[in-house]
Amino acid sequence: MLTKRIIPCLDIKNGRTVKGVNFVALRDAGDPVELAKIYSDEGADELVFLDISATEERRKTLVDLVRKVASTINIPFTVGGGISSVEDVEILLNNGADKVSINSSAVKNPQLINDLAQKFGSQCVVVAIDAKQINGQWIVHLVGGKVPTELNLFDWAVEVAQRGAGEILFTSMDNDGTKNGFANEALAKLSGLVNIPIIASGGAGNIQHFVDTFKEGKADAALAASVFHFKEIKIKNLKQALKNNSIEVRL
Amino acid sequence: MKKNETKFTSPPSGAGGLVIINYGAGNIQSIMFAIERLGFKATLSNNPDEIQAADKVIFPGVGEASSAMEKLIESGLDRLIPNLQQPVLGICLGMQLMCKTSEEGNTKGLGIFDVDVIKFTPSVKVPQMGWNNIYNLQSPLFAGINENEYMYLVHSFYAPLCKEAIATTNYEVEYASALQKNNFYGTQFHPEKSGDIGEQILENFLKIPLAPKGGTSKR
Repeated sequence: MLTKRIIPCLDIKNGRTVKGVNFVALRDAGDPVELAKIYSDEGADELVFLDISATEERRKTLVDLVRKVASTINIPFTVGGGISSVEDVEILLNNGADKVSINSSAVKNPQLINDLAQKFGSQCVVVAIDAKQINGQWIVHLVGGKVPTELNLFDWAVEVAQRGAGEILFTSMDNDGTKNGFANEALAKLSGLVNIPIIASGGAGNIQHFVDTFKEGKADAALAASVFHFKEIKIKNLKQALKNNSIEVRL
Repeated sequence: MKKNETKFTSPPSGAGGLVIINYGAGNIQSIMFAIERLGFKATLSNNPDEIQAADKVIFPGVGEASSAMEKLIESGLDRLIPNLQQPVLGICLGMQLMCKTSEEGNTKGLGIFDVDVIKFTPSVKVPQMGWNNIYNLQSPLFAGINENEYMYLVHSFYAPLCKEAIATTNYEVEYASALQKNNFYGTQFHPEKSGDIGEQILENFLKIPLAPKGGTSKR
């Protein structure tokens, strides 16, 4: 049976792993290559590697770091942050990334999703969507959640799937950094609307939150950063607990 | 263009002589890194002579079937690959292109495996993305590998069960997650991305004994 995936996210700024609370007040959580290897050994199913400085500072993703991570680990990983063209993606894939995640650039130029799917295949195109609720509506936000758009989360999700995204990484800005659990209601609705895998992100605080997002949120994968970086949750323990809750995982 | 003479004389047979077919449709760097971690060396090539002379050939591929097949045809590799005598491992789309046809882009494949690749229905999420188990393992490729180990898969199309199936996986239906016919092997999963077990499968392939070389056999 296809298993649910546990995905540590390595947020990178200036070559170091960081994780903010509500995307500000960054703390340093270590060397990304070292962390990548530890997570791979501990049973992480995938890694996501996000250059969070990229969009704001117009920085290209850290190609050298991608190479180092790719040569060290033997599980798939996704690279995101500042990716805005077919050429950007080509460089990252050529350096060992398995998938790329695009966010703001997809909103600004939705055709990019089609172009990437056409050239590299849907399997390597992850569209990341950051959204928060405004007057009861889930609104897509850009630049790390700072800039609201006109887009409704669910409409946008359907569109990106139609354009050829292979996967959606949905981060609830309302939940991110709170450690109060994932946005399971919105996740379940997304999962019913589109027929591609959904990665839940934002809000992981304890093991039960992961159980809930797979059961209630119908997520295909769950992503978290600080609970793993600061060793509040061990991936092995998490996966054992999921298994005890009859959730299929790779142990 | 790089000339190939030095490449063939320098690596000792069995420890080198591995060629990864580079036809512009694959995440080749991941496979290169995995092979390096296993202590082997590989040459990237789309040169028919170089591929023909290799001890072992890996045929990767991700992306869309018909455009990948077009690239093979452009470089003449569509005629070369089915006639190779050395062990050949197709991975993911590489495996699918070794089949008779693919429903993706109504593509005529290399016809090595006698099976037609078809698409998962919307009754499941497509693509299948993630780790799924492999069982009914029946090939030296899986020497020392336990039944039901998890492999990493990303695909929307699949090869149904057939006489050449050497591994089975269940997603919507039971299907062939690996195929073998004589010296040709194919895995739908990515051994280079499937943790230590995946690397062991890759290593098994790299250690498959070589058939006598030099045109003395066959014919």
